[in-house]
Amino acid sequence: MALTGIQIYKLLPKTNCGECGVPTCLAFAMNLAAGKAELSACPYVTEDAKAELTEASAPPIRVVEIGAGTKKLKIGGETVLFRHEKTFVNAPGIAVLVTDEMGNEEVAGRIDRFKRLEYERIGLTLRADLVAIKSVSGDAGRFEALISKAKNETDAGIILMTEDPCVMETGLKVCGDRRPLIYAATRENIEGMATLTKKYKCPLVVKGKDLDEVAELTKKLTDDGLKDLVIDSGARSIRNAFEDQIVVRRGAIQKKYRPLGFPTIVLPCEMTDDLMQETLIASVFVAKYGGIILLSDLQGHSLFPLLLARMNIYTDPQRPMATSPGIYEIGGPNEDSPVLVTCNFSLTYFIVSGEIEASRVPAWLLVADTEGLSVLTAWAAGKFVGDAVGISLKKCGIMEKVRHKKVIIPGYAAAISGDLEEELGDWEVMVGPRDAAHIPAYLKEWSA
Amino acid sequence: MSFEIPTISYNGVIRQITVGKEPNCVTVGGESCYPFYLFEGAMPHLPRIAMEVYDAPPEDWPQAALEPFADVVHDPAAWAQKCVGSYGAEMIALQLASTDPNAQDTPAEKAVEVTKKVAAAINVPLIVWGSGNLEKDKEVLRMISERCAEETLLLGPVEEGSYKALGAASLAYQHTIAASTPIDVNLAKQLNILLGNLGVPDDRIIIDPTVGALGYGLEFCYSVMERDRMAALTQEDERLQFPIVCNLGKEVWKIKETRLSEEEAPLLGDPLKRGVLLEAMTALLFLLAGGDIVIMRHPDAIQLVRGLMNELMGEGV
Ligand code: B12
Ligand code: SF4
Repeated sequence: MALTGIQIYKLLPKTNCGECGVPTCLAFAMNLAAGKAELSACPYVTEDAKAELTEASAPPIRVVEIGAGTKKLKIGGETVLFRHEKTFVNAPGIAVLVTDEMGNEEVAGRIDRFKRLEYERIGLTLRADLVAIKSVSGDAGRFEALISKAKNETDAGIILMTEDPCVMETGLKVCGDRRPLIYAATRENIEGMATLTKKYKCPLVVKGKDLDEVAELTKKLTDDGLKDLVIDSGARSIRNAFEDQIVVRRGAIQKKYRPLGFPTIVLPCEMTDDLMQETLIASVFVAKYGGIILLSDLQGHSLFPLLLARMNIYTDPQRPMATSPGIYEIGGPNEDSPVLVTCNFSLTYFIVSGEIEASRVPAWLLVADTEGLSVLTAWAAGKFVGDAVGISLKKCGIMEKVRHKKVIIPGYAAAISGDLEEELGDWEVMVGPRDAAHIPAYLKEWSA
Repeated sequence: MSFEIPTISYNGVIRQITVGKEPNCVTVGGESCYPFYLFEGAMPHLPRIAMEVYDAPPEDWPQAALEPFADVVHDPAAWAQKCVGSYGAEMIALQLASTDPNAQDTPAEKAVEVTKKVAAAINVPLIVWGSGNLEKDKEVLRMISERCAEETLLLGPVEEGSYKALGAASLAYQHTIAASTPIDVNLAKQLNILLGNLGVPDDRIIIDPTVGALGYGLEFCYSVMERDRMAALTQEDERLQFPIVCNLGKEVWKIKETRLSEEEAPLLGDPLKRGVLLEAMTALLFLLAGGDIVIMRHPDAIQLVRGLMNELMGEGV
């Protein structure tokens, strides 16, 4: 993996001139190894040493960017095998397939769903990322038409699929400015695809019949100066594809084996004919190292669970997502509006505020600082208890904002109501429903 | 390969645990590698899917989950038979939800009766799961343990606060225990140590890490399970070398997104398929993290997960 301070030191001028800000080359090397310095701070490193050091400090899996503008997708760049070791950083791109053999309506339906299926969750927008356009007929004109349609109707990243370099070039002429992903270079067409990749400066998928062949092809391409590569191991059985993903990730991270140091693409759409099963297969590759996951179709009931899986696996395991504590005004509350209290785990906050909003009853929501823990977890950890919640209520100023003296607590926190009442003096503690879904009905009944 | 596939040196093996009584028992565990990493170790037993049966008709299930069982919800024995007969259930998990003092507070005697009826109706191993109310579980599971001594059950949840009472019962009547701790590697290990000190044999413990549904805390559980397995298989952590059970059906089918109709949430598509996929995906992710038994609800979700598990084992559907 990364070079040690001593290894780096050997590549430095060893003159100890001090211009880099520390007195010796060794000290500078140590800082570089620890990521505390930039190589550019030393004016005297040779070009060769620079190349070697840049190469050695490159991430084990290259970051590849697909698309342009705001919808640019970044894949690769992972540094661990298990998310708890650090975190997974660049979530896999989810792509939907359209081909030139599909009817117009089918294509329009897929593109329409690609655009429409979008979900707000924890303040993030969850959606699919890429449209893959495949030439099945080999007819360049049909390919061109399909690409124009996708390009005009969405600002999505694009994958162009054909193994014929001539047809590919027609496609690149239409959407090369979008930096599409070229799928794919194989042993047979590698020269043609490499030429196109250079000419249009796009990322390229390398497809082999197995990983040996892939490694051979990526070596050839990197020797030729191409760097933005994506791997398709060629496996189409779930078993083999699963294994290949693990081998690629381990090869890159544990051995720093450069020929496999690229993100991957997996194709559940070629592994089954059933969308339910296909989506489930896709979830396997969310967990196990897919870089792009290509699906035959997107439906609300299939895409939504998959996006949740992707969000879950790619959240930072070191710290729960938290909302800032404080008073939130929902729907323009006044001095007679209800006061509710919850924790500052983002998931909880967004669920609860969403339900309050849906109720159309203006309300005050106090988000107590529970260090990002959910209601029950925080209660069990002693952070959502009577005195703590009471103190937040008193300190936040809500008591001056309303005329009534009532606060609604989560049903799961019923146990804190006695202590909370004691802490608050003359306030009445009302136990709300357990499930946030019942908040609208509850608030409609509520009166000050 | 032209380069050597970097392998992991495993130095531990998960214990094999047999649940149920001859000839209707199943064995789980025995893994000597990470889940489905068959190129460097073995999974001698395919993970098992247990189907849920409730001791009283469920009141708040979404239509999609209720529909397959609408004809049997009033009769747990018939329900269990349907699971085995029509859906090929390999294990049944009887959820004693109605014993919860905050629900119907069904008395322990009644729970014993239901357990006996269900056990008599099936020829697969039986898991009996309490309501999660610590005091009531102590009473209910202990009585079941004594009065159903001949059944060799898997009993859960056995928690830090109930392990003495329930561990002793397992010891006396040969039941297996689901040792339950809230999503924490050290707590899981600690409870297994305590059970060992009490004299509960190692071939009668299964870890319940407590799970949450996809989108509702799954990520925490997933990582804790991965860490459990890592400690067990690569760090010789002998007190974590047990199979894992995930009681997930009830977590999934209580989340809002399994309840919304297509009119209420047009972007979430078909409610049945959505619920099925949410459950199947939750289960599959837990299997990838180290689950040996998953407790599930919907027959279609079970079918999907079974198919995928076979594919991952390289056996085709
Ligand atoms: C994920 C999880 C964790 C994660 C933390 C995640 C987080 N950010 O909070 C981790 C792994 C860190 C964790 C740790 C612990 N956990 Co924990 N955890 C869970 C789990 C699986 C899911 C929690 C979750 O995300 N829920 C989803 C959110 C959205 O739920 P929520 O905040 O309650 O909000 C809902 C409602 O309360 C309601 N609501 C919220 N606010 C309001 C407000 C009003 C006014 C109303 C009306 C309604 C309402 O709306 C929401 C949606 O319906 C649960 C078990 C489970 N399946 O639920 C256990 C659970 C909560 N954990 C538990 C425990 C004991 C712990 C620990 C104390 C264990 C330990 N000793 O280490 C620690 C404490 C942490 C610490 N010491 O720092 C227990 C609590 C037991 C109890 N009843 O007291 C549980 C129930 C597991 C169990 N069955 O034993 N946990
Ligand atoms: S500037 Fe370069 S040569 Fe001078 S001390 Fe720093 S590392 Fe050494």
